[in-house]
Amino acid sequence: MEKAIDKTQEQLELWCSAPGIEFVSKEAEEAYKKRTKRITDAIQLKKPDRVPFVPMWEYFYARYSNVSCHDVVYDTEIARSATRKTITGLEPDAYQAPIFFGVGPLLDALDVKQLRWPGHGIAPNMGHQFVEEEYMKADEYDALIYDPSDFMLIKYMPRECGNLKAFEALSPLRNLFAYFTIYPGLFAFGTPEGMEATHKLLEAGQASLNYIAFLASFDKEMHALGFPCWHGALAGAPFDAISDTLRGTHGTALDMYRQPEAVKEACEKFVRIFLDMAIATAKINGVPIIFIPLHKGTAPSRDGKGGLMSLKQFEEFYWPTLKKVMLGLIDNGLVPNLLIEGDYTSRLEIIKDVPKGKCIYHFENVDIHKAKKILGDRVCFRGSVPIRLLVLGTPQEVRDSCKELIDVLGEGGGFIMDASMASEDVKPENMRAMIEFTKEYGVYK
Amino acid sequence: MLGDLVNALADLKEKEALEIAQDRLSAGDEPLSILNDARRAMETVGKRFENSEYFIPDLIYSGEILKEITDMVKPKLTQSAEVKRLGKVVLGTVAGDIHDIGLNIVDFMLDVNGFEVYNLGIDQPAPNFVDKIKETGATIVGLSGFLTLAFDSMKETVEVIKAAGLRDKVKIMIGGGQIDEEIRKYTGADAYGKDAMIGVLLAKQWIGAK
Repeated sequence: MEKAIDKTQEQLELWCSAPGIEFVSKEAEEAYKKRTKRITDAIQLKKPDRVPFVPMWEYFYARYSNVSCHDVVYDTEIARSATRKTITGLEPDAYQAPIFFGVGPLLDALDVKQLRWPGHGIAPNMGHQFVEEEYMKADEYDALIYDPSDFMLIKYMPRECGNLKAFEALSPLRNLFAYFTIYPGLFAFGTPEGMEATHKLLEAGQASLNYIAFLASFDKEMHALGFPCWHGALAGAPFDAISDTLRGTHGTALDMYRQPEAVKEACEKFVRIFLDMAIATAKINGVPIIFIPLHKGTAPSRDGKGGLMSLKQFEEFYWPTLKKVMLGLIDNGLVPNLLIEGDYTSRLEIIKDVPKGKCIYHFENVDIHKAKKILGDRVCFRGSVPIRLLVLGTPQEVRDSCKELIDVLGEGGGFIMDASMASEDVKPENMRAMIEFTKEYGVYK
Repeated sequence: MLGDLVNALADLKEKEALEIAQDRLSAGDEPLSILNDARRAMETVGKRFENSEYFIPDLIYSGEILKEITDMVKPKLTQSAEVKRLGKVVLGTVAGDIHDIGLNIVDFMLDVNGFEVYNLGIDQPAPNFVDKIKETGATIVGLSGFLTLAFDSMKETVEVIKAAGLRDKVKIMIGGGQIDEEIRKYTGADAYGKDAMIGVLLAKQWIGAK
């Protein structure tokens, strides 16, 4: 009987084999392969040589390197050197790509409304923040579902990008199926406003190309030095796709009551959008782990009270399409890495329903004993030294937290050490304490 | 027989609640009594939130229905609509932070529970809080923040209030995200609220204590 191919194993082994990487030295190659194997073992619920340390570092790169957030957002060379300095200085087992850096020119070209970024609505030394609005109106679910591309180009982007407002006048591109529909169909590109907006789009296009080139060259350099990147693509919960950047929290809260079927249909639409995007991008980047931040399905506290949705709403609106995305990724040998914001202690039994040894669950906050009991034989844990400790606490408090996490979540393997959330204003000595302790105490005998 | 507005709103039956409010207005019912029933319904909503029957979307939806009823009724208010106000509260999200979902929920929950609320909005530098306290004579201040940078902003706001000689004239509560006792101590606030209902409870306790 032929053994079924474990696609996850296949993809992880491919990642570990470091295809096409030109290492600077034998040591770098050994380090890279050790690190990827360590992480791979943890994901597959095996005992690695020690607990891997894989941090979600974002603006921490700027803090550690004493440069401003404005600098890293606008200057790719400063971004490159700050990120490199942090990674080579602290030596995590894998790094997070600086995906929020170098985007200043693009944000300027488009006049993006959805963010405040350093120097634009936020002090130069603060990271970007998201401005939640109804970029999609309550009566636009039909339009979104009918033709998402048209919706993005003609409704969403003109609202979220001040310099693309003129695209509201574009004729639907789906009409351009014949020479005689093309004749009139392009007129809106030819008006003064249309041409102006198109120029801005081209400017943004160049900025986007520079951004991709920056990230690609950065990856190449870090890989050569022996550091793997921990994520190959982004994906998400379809409910979040609608609630985060389209309807807003307020909007989807009302939509769940006023038009539940429309919400669910729109969520279904995003399953394939996410899958196609993540599968293609992960292939290009050569990393099979997919970063999936979860936002709107949460409870903020242990007892489930005050959640952004009830358990019933979670089961009806949030989980089914998230699960479809996760299973679709797994079918392609990719590893969903869920960043579970809030507290999912009340939801553990529901999110258990995934194949064994193929997912990473990074809990911001959870009852770790319950989590280990319910999910320990199913998923690899990641996290969660509280950010509050890393920002306000002492190195000893940090070490105590690490010890508890390693003892409980790390028992028997299947655990990756990290903070509870992305690191920005953490004290460097606390970060160092976290890493050193993990490398020492986290050794599996 | 006119329908029960209190239950319709408390049960989040939007269409029914609006129909009842409209019918009562047309039947010549006192506008203020309609608003009072709506406020009573919100008390039930608050209790259900405390019991984990209702969650944030329920608070948002109820707030929306309440607003629709209020918009319908306010133009018809003939007498002075001065509902007895328990006290004055200045609210805002601290400097550098633009989160406001929690802030706005605390705003309307305090409002329906009888407080006069002055909501400064997001990203408020400390002096703005001081100015509003002086202007309104508010005795309660609520600081909202979600990011780690908010810890320092909250601390600074408390210090600026102190420097203005107002610290002993106000009670300060903080809330938002992963706020806890450690952070409360760090900021120098009097209390923290894990959710909107605790915020209302704190405000009531402080007013009662005066």
